[in-house]
Amino acid sequence: MGLVTASARGSYSGGFSWAMGRDLRLAWRHPDEAVLTLAFFALVASLFPLGVGAEPQLLARIGPGVIWVGALLAAFLALPAMFSQDFADGSLEQMTLSPHPALGWAAGKVVSHWIVSGLPITLLSPFIGLQYGLTPDTLLVEALSLAIGTPVLSLLGGACAALSLGARGGGMLLALLALPLFVPVLIFGAGAAEAQATGMSSQPHLMLLGAALIGALVGLPAAIVGAVRIAVD
Amino acid sequence: MNWFYFSSPVTFYGLAGRLAPWFFALAALSAAWGLWLGLAVAPRDATQGEVYRVIFIHVPTAWMSMFLYFLMACYCALTLIFNTRLSAMMARAIAPTGALFTFLALWTGSFWGKPTWGTYWVWDARLTSELVLLFLYFGYMALANAFEDPRRGDRASALLAIIGVVNLPIIYFSVQWWNTLHQGMSVGPKGSSMHPTMLQAMLVMSFSAWMYAAGAALARVRSVILERERRAQWVRDLGRS
Repeated sequence: MGLVTASARGSYSGGFSWAMGRDLRLAWRHPDEAVLTLAFFALVASLFPLGVGAEPQLLARIGPGVIWVGALLAAFLALPAMFSQDFADGSLEQMTLSPHPALGWAAGKVVSHWIVSGLPITLLSPFIGLQYGLTPDTLLVEALSLAIGTPVLSLLGGACAALSLGARGGGMLLALLALPLFVPVLIFGAGAAEAQATGMSSQPHLMLLGAALIGALVGLPAAIVGAVRIAVD
Repeated sequence: MNWFYFSSPVTFYGLAGRLAPWFFALAALSAAWGLWLGLAVAPRDATQGEVYRVIFIHVPTAWMSMFLYFLMACYCALTLIFNTRLSAMMARAIAPTGALFTFLALWTGSFWGKPTWGTYWVWDARLTSELVLLFLYFGYMALANAFEDPRRGDRASALLAIIGVVNLPIIYFSVQWWNTLHQGMSVGPKGSSMHPTMLQAMLVMSFSAWMYAAGAALARVRSVILERERRAQWVRDLGRS
């Protein structure tokens, strides 16, 4: 009697905050995954000076691009965590059956994923930039471009991760899907820091990156929902 | 008249079989005419000499690589919107031809680049975005075949193809947005800056590439239909007769 109460009616904000809180709590209880992402980022970035040589001018020249590539790969490796566990144990299917609209909780999952992967990468990047001898204003632009660019990576990657749920080929397939789509983000993101380092204006690159973020925010949550629906169908 | 008569794999299988040879014949005839125009009739280029003649392969394949992706994405949209089986099969049939044309455009472009730019490859905006297109085709094909259930592969890869459409305007406008090494448009909506014979040869070759793509896609969709409908009675009857 009276089972359908107000609490059973879903809402976008309710689903958003529920999914975000849940995923953040899960990440908080298993902090090793986020730490591994950061360790990978720092490790990749420190391989380059060992590989190409440690002359200060060379490092300052390649630094912005190398840091962006490292951040991109770290963000990519964190992608399967967004959906695969929930898909494997059936919670993703339960979420699609919940009264909350899928757009809400899917956006919550993406945001929490960004807080666990993209945000720490952004915060760590100035310290790695110091290892490359980047100037303070380049460090700032680098962090700014990562702050705008990594949410785009999380959104694009989230769609690809949801599409490849349950597919043969796993990580390699996800790389083939996601990395080509990451290319424009890498070009504008690294371009911003590079322009700053060579004394030009980073503004056009940052604005294009911002435009990409707006476009991604508009279109990709719906694509992620579509991909999840296809996966649990 | 029933507009959906040929949207069934059974009827389309026969139609594709009847149409494909005509497209191949048109492709062969126009290729012969276009190559003769391009290699024998068209004059030497004032600045590039004979090397420019690779344009008669390069530009048609590059155009088709983008057009086929767009066409594939349209079929993918039909798949997701109307859940039609045949449109997904058409998208699968178009993808390998599109990837082939993308590869040919990159390949001929690098042979053109060596004598004129002095390098096989530069990380120019046009080249990079065309390379991304090649990977989008590969990703589409890999995802379409990555599932036990082919319908699942149809729908997942359809969504991926639609996301990838963002890349098409980037390729097309890249020579205007980034003024890098690749030359600008000689032929566009505003007219052409080419010698009329060169333009004619290029358009004939483009027609040939288009007809080849149509023929190849129709021939391939027949195989896809047979593979997917192999348990259907009409396919078994084909084997018996």
